[in-house]
Amino acid sequence: MGSTNSTLLKIPNVEVLMQETGFSPAHIIRLHDRFKALDKEGRGHLCPHDFGAIKELAMNPIGDRIIGAFFSPGKETVDFHTFVKILAHFRPVDKDRPKEPNSPEPINSRSNKLKFAFQLYDQDKDGKISRDELLQVLRAMLGMQVTDEQLESIADRTIQEADLDRDDAISFEEFRKSLEKINIDHKMSIRFLR
Amino acid sequence: MKLNESVMELKMFLLVLGLLVGTGSPDMGSSQGKCSESLVQGPQTQENRTHTTHSKKPFPVLSFGYDYVRLPFEISLWVLLASLMKLGFHLMPRLSSIVPESCLLIVVGLLVGGLIKLVGEAPPVLESNIFFLYLLPPIILDAGYFLPIRQFTENLGTILMFAVVGTLWNAFFVGGLLYGVCQLEGHRLVTVDLLSCLLFGSIISAVDPVAVLAVFEEIHINELLHILVFGESLLNDAVTVVLYHLFEEFSSVGTITVTDVLLGIVCFLVVSLGGIVVGAIYGILAAFTSRFTSHTRVIEPLFVFLYSYMAYLSAEVFHLSGIMALIACGAVMRPYVEANISHKSHTTIKYFLKMWSSVSDTLIFIFLGVSTVAGPHEWNWIFVVATLIFCLVARVLGVVGLTFVINKFRIVKLTSKDQFIIAYGGLRGAIAFSLVYLLNTDHFPKRNMFLTAIITVIFFTVFVQGMTIRPLVDLLAVKKKQETKRSINEEIHTQFLDHLLTGIEDICGHYGHHHWKDKLNRFNKKYVKKCLIAGERSKEPQLIAFYHKMEMKQAIELVESGGGSKLPSAMPSTVSMQNIQPKKPPQDRALPQLSKAREEEIRKILRTNLQRTRQRLRSYNRHTLIADPYEDGWNEILIKRKKMKELEKKISQMNNYLTVPAPPPDSPTIARARLASGEMAGKNISFSYFYPQAWGLKSATESIPSIKVDLASPQSPESVNIVDEIGMKGSQPKVSEEGGGLTMKVPSPTKPRKDQTTDEDNDKEPQQRLMRCLSDPGPAAEEEDEDEPFLH
Repeated sequence: MGSTNSTLLKIPNVEVLMQETGFSPAHIIRLHDRFKALDKEGRGHLCPHDFGAIKELAMNPIGDRIIGAFFSPGKETVDFHTFVKILAHFRPVDKDRPKEPNSPEPINSRSNKLKFAFQLYDQDKDGKISRDELLQVLRAMLGMQVTDEQLESIADRTIQEADLDRDDAISFEEFRKSLEKINIDHKMSIRFLR
Repeated sequence: MKLNESVMELKMFLLVLGLLVGTGSPDMGSSQGKCSESLVQGPQTQENRTHTTHSKKPFPVLSFGYDYVRLPFEISLWVLLASLMKLGFHLMPRLSSIVPESCLLIVVGLLVGGLIKLVGEAPPVLESNIFFLYLLPPIILDAGYFLPIRQFTENLGTILMFAVVGTLWNAFFVGGLLYGVCQLEGHRLVTVDLLSCLLFGSIISAVDPVAVLAVFEEIHINELLHILVFGESLLNDAVTVVLYHLFEEFSSVGTITVTDVLLGIVCFLVVSLGGIVVGAIYGILAAFTSRFTSHTRVIEPLFVFLYSYMAYLSAEVFHLSGIMALIACGAVMRPYVEANISHKSHTTIKYFLKMWSSVSDTLIFIFLGVSTVAGPHEWNWIFVVATLIFCLVARVLGVVGLTFVINKFRIVKLTSKDQFIIAYGGLRGAIAFSLVYLLNTDHFPKRNMFLTAIITVIFFTVFVQGMTIRPLVDLLAVKKKQETKRSINEEIHTQFLDHLLTGIEDICGHYGHHHWKDKLNRFNKKYVKKCLIAGERSKEPQLIAFYHKMEMKQAIELVESGGGSKLPSAMPSTVSMQNIQPKKPPQDRALPQLSKAREEEIRKILRTNLQRTRQRLRSYNRHTLIADPYEDGWNEILIKRKKMKELEKKISQMNNYLTVPAPPPDSPTIARARLASGEMAGKNISFSYFYPQAWGLKSATESIPSIKVDLASPQSPESVNIVDEIGMKGSQPKVSEEGGGLTMKVPSPTKPRKDQTTDEDNDKEPQQRLMRCLSDPGPAAEEEDEDEPFLH
């Protein structure tokens, strides 16, 4: 396993990374390879342009939001650590982990997964999904075939169903509650990242 | 009283039995009757009912010609018996909660068989071709058409593992061990060769979809387990077919070579994939046909049934897996057909499938019972007991072993509780019985023994396992099925998450489950939907379709419940109320509630008048379906509703129309009196009705634009013409129309569903009136124009 070790050594702070995210060394290496493949100019960090080069992502209705999620506010580049940490959200949940009372919640816990998804809706980061934000998402997903009226009625109904404190927006708690029946562990996990 | 009902049931049952036996006995001759095609055999004996005498006799006023109708009559009698039994069980809730229906039906079959035998006749046996050609397809089609595709494909790997590997394991384990036992046992069983044992093992190892459905449907287990066991029972048909034919062929030849084994594997692939391809082809044909049925809605369900049945038969012609063909056909055609057909056809299909599968299911179990009494038995303690034990052991070992392997690949792992239920739910049923019955006695001299053993295993699994699974499920606290429907939130967020995961998979460069699903969806949207879905519907995104279905369902519920105090939580009307007055304090919530209650009351009044108006229905030509605005016009209604909402926003400043506190809810009599007196007309009280059943009234002051939405066209039998019933303010009662009452005028279709609404009146309703409370029923003149297009 000489090559793996040497690759691992090249990545700075790899132990910390593995501890935080829970990835195995093999995964880290795989992700590192992917990172390098995306980083065509070899700068050691990714910019939005690199993400944009992924063809299928361009066709994805919420592709730009996903790309945006990688870049923390203010930063223009994504380094490997951030890259791995974001992807760690999609690791399948380890059911057998011993629960240490003082350790922080793992990145791939159900709650953190939901928070990640919530942030994709909530672009202005005010902690709520307003009606406009919902409309934007719906418009992105449904394209141009749908009239504004229909979109608005769907948005209204969605908010009305989920909104418990009647502030005409969906907070994180309401979001979480509306999805309580869905198996988030299953829906937001990518198998190969186990 | 329940006691009286059960007594009545008993009497009916005895009567039917008596009829059956009475009609059966003169005809059923002495034979065992295996080879004839009819359900109840028996050559003609000395009975001749049409006497030809030589002496002169008077003209027969009343004669008896039973032979003419014998076959259909007896078939109908059996089906009637089955249905009455089904009725009877549900009248005895205490019994049906303990014992699953399938057990009771088998017992009934035993009784009937015993009775027939007592009379001295030979009870009819479940003919294999009748079973496979007539009784099995409806059940499978029902299952396939309503298969939850999403769960099925998510768990496909697991299901395939259980179906293929599990069945193979079972077959060889049971077959091999039985052979060993036979050899060891000595004198009577030593003749049973390896191939026979393997054949027997392969027949008995297959989990039976009919039995699984019958039992699992009653225990309401969670969807994952249900789809795992059920999917396994469906997909193992291919394995069973291949093994069966394989061993049958070999038994006549005598020896197996390695090439034969390889050919067997190839055969398996051909059988399963071929079956699926045949089914898919017929499914696409059906979807394509349904694209053009907008003018002949009456026969839409027929296409669904015919194409599916032909798929089954075509697959059977080539000895491919008919079950898989049927499932593939139903699953492939469903999304497209449902987008094309009318709501009524959809209901028809659903109910016909449920009806047929229910009757089939009942008949199968009854005949199992009867055949047990009839069939030639050869009881051999060792063989039967060994079979039973090996089956159970094989099942448990197979499930545990396979789960261990499968869990390495699953995200949501199968717990030991799940494993137990899967193992315990492996019921055997009539398919195994029929397959054994088909065996040729020359090649398999011990066929009767096989038959006895299979019947014993079937009885054991159905009775013991079927009866105990329900308390066990409760005991182990296995998760039950969630009864609630999907909310729009879940739908939107699920789609969002799908996109998200697809994106992440693309970033990782990993071509996983989501990637391929996304590709398939895109292909589907771009090419397939355009071909197979009529008109504008092809462009409708799934979310919109879901949303509309939801709204429609809710609106229909509201109309049908008429007077229910419990209202669905997410009412569009409350939404609109909220949006109109966002700043208003919660007290305003009282407003829609009260208006709703009043609305319901009035609806109740009108509904009671419906009985009288029904007589006025014109005779209709049975070949033309009156376009039911309930289904086709709802889209327009919904759009209209949204428009009304916007208008409400604009008018919200006018206080006197929106903020008058509602009067307390009246009793129906008071409401009626108030209506009659037209008390409201003078006041400026108005409620905003956003239901389909609100009627528009001519406002006293025409200056305010208002929205008028009427319900059901005058021709729809369900419509109740308010105008007629209240009959006030000079509006002439519409005696000429059928059905009075709430008339819904379908506003101009804003949604591009023009091909669906061609026969509805597209009269443009330019005026928009604010809806008011019900005093003046308003002008009825506009409804007249809807008369013509409907009847031709």
